[in-house]
Amino acid sequence: MIAYSSGMTDILMTALKQTVYMVFWSTLFSVIIGFIPGVILTLTAPDGLKPNKAVYETLSFIVNVFRSFPFIILLVILIPFTRMIVGKAIGTTASIVPLTISAIPFIARIFETSLRETNPGVIEAARSFGASDIQILFHVYVKESIPRMLNGVVLLIISLIGYSAMAGTVGGGGIGDIAIRFGYQQYKTDYLVVCSVLLIIFVQLIQMIGNHLYKKLS
Amino acid sequence: MIHIENVRKTFQDLQVLKGVSLSVNEHEIYGIIGQSGAGKSTLLRCINGLESFDEGEITVDNTRLSSLNRKDLRLLQKRMGMIFQGFNLLERLDVYHNIALPMKFWGINPSSSEAEKKIRELTGLVGLEDKLHAKPRELSGGQKQRVAIARALVLDPEFLLCDEATSALDPEITKGILALIQKINKEMGITIVIVTHQMEVVKQVCERVAFLNNGTVLREGRPEELFVKPERKEIRDFLREGSENLPKYGVNIQLFFNGENNMDPTVTDMARTLDTNFSICWAKLEDFRDDVYGSLVINVDEKDRERVLNFLNERKILWEVLP
Repeated sequence: MIAYSSGMTDILMTALKQTVYMVFWSTLFSVIIGFIPGVILTLTAPDGLKPNKAVYETLSFIVNVFRSFPFIILLVILIPFTRMIVGKAIGTTASIVPLTISAIPFIARIFETSLRETNPGVIEAARSFGASDIQILFHVYVKESIPRMLNGVVLLIISLIGYSAMAGTVGGGGIGDIAIRFGYQQYKTDYLVVCSVLLIIFVQLIQMIGNHLYKKLS
Repeated sequence: MIHIENVRKTFQDLQVLKGVSLSVNEHEIYGIIGQSGAGKSTLLRCINGLESFDEGEITVDNTRLSSLNRKDLRLLQKRMGMIFQGFNLLERLDVYHNIALPMKFWGINPSSSEAEKKIRELTGLVGLEDKLHAKPRELSGGQKQRVAIARALVLDPEFLLCDEATSALDPEITKGILALIQKINKEMGITIVIVTHQMEVVKQVCERVAFLNNGTVLREGRPEELFVKPERKEIRDFLREGSENLPKYGVNIQLFFNGENNMDPTVTDMARTLDTNFSICWAKLEDFRDDVYGSLVINVDEKDRERVLNFLNERKILWEVLP
């Protein structure tokens, strides 16, 4: 009984580390990369600093296309690409690639929405003082939107925790993978329960930290 | 000096400015008044290049706006501070950093001792020394506008453009803000252009005013010239002068007074000299900056009409027979 429990603890500890590892890196990469389309969408939107219907509509369409792919399908489609980037298509590190790719359009849209919520009067005020577009972007748009963008990142982390469960398909591991393989496929209810509780605690923790930071920053 | 000549501007199909011409002299407080939709705010935005115009020219101290490239336009904008109806402060920055914002756009470090000295000086001017580290949400409307004024002055502008700056404030707070604007004009010699739909703003501070109606300047001049005896129907409609309760019989004559010809002796004098009776139907007194202007409607018998009007002409009193 004791041996069995310690086995479970080891398995869960490893899985937990894998989940944190996958979620952390895919969040980091997608936030950095997704910031760019987010900014382009904001600037080229009809109410942006450089309205450009062609650019906005095209980028918007691409974002929508990527967002409508079911993650499990994206995972498979991206196998050649993943192999190109990390050298292999299987494993925890490899699963960061599809997780990141699926997260980029999501966070781009969230950043766009956050940035565009900036009070247009404040932008006009900045323009009236002779601010350049790039100054307005960083000193006004981003500065004013940081709490909203942070909320978006919390949302992203939580949905990446969910997606990472599917990463088991490509040998990514993680808590969700354990819940599926041990809990569901092998009928080990105790694994299922512990994994679920761990995920709930994980999500709650992220949300709590997020809320705290939001309050502090706004 | 700002010189606007025949400026036209069209949004899609809507012609907002239909050939506007006016001049703002150095060191004066100039008002642009009119109904909403008259094109006032658009005109103000044309002056500092926030908005472009299709035809005509705006000249600021010999600089022609239509000839400026982006860089020179920014330099011009640096010389013009602007305040807004909605204050437009950054919610996440405290008072100090809101005031410092324009400095960042011009490569001045807001933490430098020079910048700090300037900002402290300005918070003193607007009376918010004790709020340096408050966030905008902790401030009242009047205090927010004071922060916005300090921010507009931080680059030492020659002009201050005010876009409906007091429209969101209650009358008492408005007075305080207007007094501050007047002080800035007097003590710092900054030329001020005020766009407003509030008569009390024009009356309290403006030295000259343009009445904008439907995209054109209907009249330009001293406020008392425009509004004490308004000749144009549009201006009268704007002022919503109440004369609907005047008697239907006899002749209603409106007399206009300014600070130099006090009204009481004239009216009683007229009754005595002409040995006639008349009733006073309506009257108002108005303060224009430091002077008092008034108007009075009297009702006389049809037979006294000529005598009364002759008397008024002799005394050089402005009058008008109301329909």
